[in-house]
Amino acid sequence: MNRLNHEAPMWNDAFGIPWLDFNLSNVLMMFIASLIVFILGVAATRNMQRYPKGFQNFMEWLIDFIKGIIGSNMDWRTGRLFLPLGLTLFAYIFISNMLGVITNLSVGENHELWWKSPTADPGITLTLATLVVVLSHYYGVKLRGGKEYSKTFIKPLPFLLPFKIIEEFSNTLTLGLRLYGNIYAGEILITLLVGLATSSIFGFLGATLPMVAWMGFSTFIGFIQAFIFVMLTMVYLSHKVSEDH
Amino acid sequence: MQGFTESLVLGAGGLNLGDMLAQLVFFILLLVLLRIFAWGPLLNMMKEREDYVANEINTAEKSREEAQRMQREASEELKKTRQDAQSIIEDARKTAGQQERDIIESARTEAERIKVSARQEIEQERDKAVQALKDQVATMSVMIASKVIEKELSEKDQEKLINEYIDEAGKER
Repeated sequence: MNRLNHEAPMWNDAFGIPWLDFNLSNVLMMFIASLIVFILGVAATRNMQRYPKGFQNFMEWLIDFIKGIIGSNMDWRTGRLFLPLGLTLFAYIFISNMLGVITNLSVGENHELWWKSPTADPGITLTLATLVVVLSHYYGVKLRGGKEYSKTFIKPLPFLLPFKIIEEFSNTLTLGLRLYGNIYAGEILITLLVGLATSSIFGFLGATLPMVAWMGFSTFIGFIQAFIFVMLTMVYLSHKVSEDH
Repeated sequence: MQGFTESLVLGAGGLNLGDMLAQLVFFILLLVLLRIFAWGPLLNMMKEREDYVANEINTAEKSREEAQRMQREASEELKKTRQDAQSIIEDARKTAGQQERDIIESARTEAERIKVSARQEIEQERDKAVQALKDQVATMSVMIASKVIEKELSEKDQEKLINEYIDEAGKER
């Protein structure tokens, strides 16, 4: 499997287990993205003051932003629970998206692609989407009780049950694949433009302007997709935990 | 072309179970760590600030009420004091008027009394003087009479004698 002319640094059948395959670049980028988010989070919350300044201000703006997303979907009493989840999701996805915008880096004889967005991989985005949907079911049972939770599948009409069940799977798929598709498409184009730029001097001149424009647009897309992912997460959660659905 | 299409559809690695597990572990770890080290303290700080601001607003509200109450009390006090002062002045003026009248009255009474007593004294003195004069005249008359009786006198002598006695009487007086 390749991506254009890039190879993925695979580690197939890890530890001798036949179904366990790692794309080492994904694992590396996940680690880098998590590390950056963690360092930013910790750096922002050192030396906290009652009168915020600088970085703390930005983090508080971010919290208010996520609070706004949650608040538009459910009442704050239950929504409070999901604030850390929303914040972490948003920060992680946004940083992941940005990692791929900065650059794509391939090394080695086989042009193995090491530096990219972890979110440009369907497995990873689907994992996040599945986590969100599973969490929504968990909190549905936890906050409303098993009986009320089960009732949501046959409301407003009992014959909707199969559609409701299909909806859960389609939600997971669309949530994950939307993010993956947007980021992956952005990276494909960046890769193509880089290829053009490195082909010849004319190619470099021709590719510079589209490259700048596309990187700007990718940044925008990266932000929007992180926002949409968190927004839909809160929508799905509110469907399960709110009384009026 | 086959490879190109395939890569567009599923991406670099396709669905690798290892990646999925790794992502799950990384994300949950990140969630827990951030909650402990970043969001928790930050949210606490924001909560604390909210409480602080609410508290300050409450305090300000209370002090404002207190200030208003005190101002009201002060103005009431002032009004009362002003009334008191007014009534004290009024009293003083009344008392002064009363005293003035009393003094004038008593002065007038005193003057009257002195006048009356003076007049009485004058009358007494005059009566006394008249009495004394009467007595003397009587005595002199008796003397004159006795002299006239003692001596047979001519009319001329008599007259001379009377004049003499009158003179004498005038001298004695």
